[in-house]
Amino acid sequence: MSDDYDLDRRSFLKMTALAGGAFALGLYTPSRTAAQGSAQQPAFVPVAFIHIDPSGVVTLMAKNPELGQGVKTMLPMLIAEELDVDWNDVRIEQAGLAPEVFGPQFAGGSTATPINWDPLRRVGAAYRQMLIAAAAQTWGVPDLECTTDHGKVIHPSSKRLAPYGQLAAKVAAVPPPDLRSVALKDPKNYRIIGKSHPGVDNRAIVAGKPIFAVDITLPGMLHAVIQRCPVFGGKVKTANIDEVGKLPGVRKVLIIEGTLSTDAVAPWEPGMEPGVAILADTWWQAQSARKSLKIDWDYGRGASQNTDDFTKRAAELLESPPANPIRSYGDANGTLKSAAKVLEAVYSYPFLAHGTLEPQGTAAAYNDGKLEIWTNSQMPAEGRALVAHAVGIDPGNIEVHLCRAGGGFGRRLMNDYMVEVAWLARQMGKPVKLLWSREDDIAHDAYRPGGVIGLKAGLDAQGKLVAWSQHLITFGEGKNTVQGGDIGSDQFPAGRVQNFSLGMSTTPLWLRCGALRAPGDNAYAFVHQSFLDELAVAAGHDPLDFQLEILNATPEPGEKVDPKNPNLLNPERMKGVLELVAAKSGWRNRGKSPGRGMGLGSHFCHLGYFAMIAEVSVDGQNQVTVHHVWAAGDIGSHIINPAAAESLCYGGIIEGLSHMQQEITLTNGRVDQTNYHQHPMLRMRQTPVIDVYWRQSDFPPTGLGEPAVPPILPAVGNAIFAATGKRIRTLPLKRSGFSFA
Amino acid sequence: MPLKLNVNHEVRTVDILPDTPLLWALRDVLDLKGTKYGCGIGTCGACTVLVDGKPVRSCMTHVGSVTGQEITTIEGLSVNAIHPVQQAWEAEDVPQCGYCQPGQILAAAALLAHTPHPTDAEIDKAMNGNLCRCGTYPRIREAIHRAADAAHAPTLKS
Repeated sequence: MSDDYDLDRRSFLKMTALAGGAFALGLYTPSRTAAQGSAQQPAFVPVAFIHIDPSGVVTLMAKNPELGQGVKTMLPMLIAEELDVDWNDVRIEQAGLAPEVFGPQFAGGSTATPINWDPLRRVGAAYRQMLIAAAAQTWGVPDLECTTDHGKVIHPSSKRLAPYGQLAAKVAAVPPPDLRSVALKDPKNYRIIGKSHPGVDNRAIVAGKPIFAVDITLPGMLHAVIQRCPVFGGKVKTANIDEVGKLPGVRKVLIIEGTLSTDAVAPWEPGMEPGVAILADTWWQAQSARKSLKIDWDYGRGASQNTDDFTKRAAELLESPPANPIRSYGDANGTLKSAAKVLEAVYSYPFLAHGTLEPQGTAAAYNDGKLEIWTNSQMPAEGRALVAHAVGIDPGNIEVHLCRAGGGFGRRLMNDYMVEVAWLARQMGKPVKLLWSREDDIAHDAYRPGGVIGLKAGLDAQGKLVAWSQHLITFGEGKNTVQGGDIGSDQFPAGRVQNFSLGMSTTPLWLRCGALRAPGDNAYAFVHQSFLDELAVAAGHDPLDFQLEILNATPEPGEKVDPKNPNLLNPERMKGVLELVAAKSGWRNRGKSPGRGMGLGSHFCHLGYFAMIAEVSVDGQNQVTVHHVWAAGDIGSHIINPAAAESLCYGGIIEGLSHMQQEITLTNGRVDQTNYHQHPMLRMRQTPVIDVYWRQSDFPPTGLGEPAVPPILPAVGNAIFAATGKRIRTLPLKRSGFSFA
Repeated sequence: MPLKLNVNHEVRTVDILPDTPLLWALRDVLDLKGTKYGCGIGTCGACTVLVDGKPVRSCMTHVGSVTGQEITTIEGLSVNAIHPVQQAWEAEDVPQCGYCQPGQILAAAALLAHTPHPTDAEIDKAMNGNLCRCGTYPRIREAIHRAADAAHAPTLKS
């Protein structure tokens, strides 16, 4: 497998489209335009990333938004490796938004590693070559006779050496080489990649330094809160803004008309919601003043929406064939009539909120036609474009600083709050910090859409899967789904079963939806892998063998197969992680005892493979304790920063467990849940022992944010079945009669 | 009427209403941004500070109710972040996003001050009120054990 990714933007766009699921190409139109405009000046400019001062201190720029996924440490490691410096001599600085020199700067779709693995190593290698050229010129020797060692250029035959710091002034005059031309290290000589390096901000974090966007303090800054309509998109008819404006500390109360789309289905980034903004000297004064607000709302078209109605509507839609066929081959319906055994099941999963621990918030200053924004956005370039449009300022007059984000998980792909703060700063003509309350955050998220899936599958007399028919009930209009509510045609076992049919029907929704860590996959893996477990039980086969059987089956003629293409399911990689996790967990020798069981789940998404096994016990009150989780992953040839990689797996698994006990529901268009106590995340006492194992493969390394989430949900659901004989088909667990202890 | 607060061994004066949550006095009046807002209802623990050595939720604590008491925030836990718990957090590479960690660290420091060698069950109980959205719990547990094993784990008073 070649890791020679093209460095042009087209391949980046292709990659993000593939890896991001919901990240449609259209989303990147602004970036694409920017990229086309700067064709002569390619991104990934080495001198923008690397600064070496005369004392030998090496400063590397961290290009991407850091949300806890570890890119501020990991991406500079790639540069440092090929630059051939000691990590101890390296200082990391967060880059501001400047994609014209840093390349794509966003956090989403587990793409930071696949996008940057090749170019950032080349950035380091190119600069190293420039240092060699500078030294060789000084010594009057050919470049090829020189090499480097731990931050020094050496000329072995004359035993001369020059620490990088001594070359700092000269290197500026050396023209940078074409990134494609530079030689990369033999991976067996890696000193940095593959070794654990603690997060570069750890000291600042444990010391409580003000490193988050919500910690920004600007001179003369006002603190803002916004009261939005309890029903998505509802508008202010009247509000007592004069009265509230007189409350202690309050400087201004503004009605926001908003810029919401009028489309039938809310698009990605539907715009700024209407509401009333209160600006005060302190946040608490602004927040306290909200209690005195009296707003007469025009609730709009969202006010009649109820979760119970959605459930009823889904049941009706399942009675008919899918309105929108997605993929069909063979004869699924005919085979189901003749199959030895047929299983039918209806699965459902709820809307979910992101609940980043740092609520949405950011700061901006407007002065003399220029905006400066401190943001924790996952897609700051798109945020800047939106701000430019909403506030009417040229993007060239908007400077964007990237602050560490207190979690992202897909919420901060939405730049609504960046637009809000920019708009407020523009209105006030002075610095503003906006902070959403937790209640704002839960009530105005871009929710993971819920859904219902009807499944039918047939087994032959030997227990082989011969037909699979699937009907997704999702939200949208016709073929146009809400964000994150679509489904790919290649979800396992598609293409691996002889007769297959997948379609969807949509039901209207007026609510902002979006990507939640492993969008789509976090729901579909639960459904598909749980149903496969049902089928294995019905076939009388071990669930592991049942999956291996399907993976070993000849792919259907229409199935795209290319064992060298990392974007396509590679059965060998999936079998590898399944066998590895089975071996590590003792799956083959698992005992049987009432109330205790093990379950298996696997999934391929965002270029990564994971198989997980969970061991649970269930008490007489249906309280579930997850004791142990074994996880095996294949994310390519290198685990770049192993301790951080393990952390991300812990995080993915713990997040998946949280998803199993959370839901967002609507009553008359209003979100019923208000705060964490009604959308509970897992606590420490509920956290299992987690063991993570790696299968290395000959593919370029890829990301971990998303692939480590999906398999845990079916693994736990299937373990509950093994323990109790009761099948979890509806999430959250409480809607199936269970809960975590 | 100005209130006197004893924060991190310093007497600080704040001219705010006594029913203002301590969290906002710390963050927006005293510019101590290490204490975090997470939920505002005492369910996430991001705003944990120590009052006379005990962990409290500063979002639920009126500033008027803690005058005269010793308030310790993450900034005052040690000079240069050398408290054994902070060191253990770095050694175990605990943080992911890091937003909850000041609260986690203060809760752990309070635990170790009265239970120098906690069991996993004692850790679970003491840390139950502190949520981590990123899922750093396994590392937090290891870090608490590491801090407990540190040779000269000082009490908070030292």
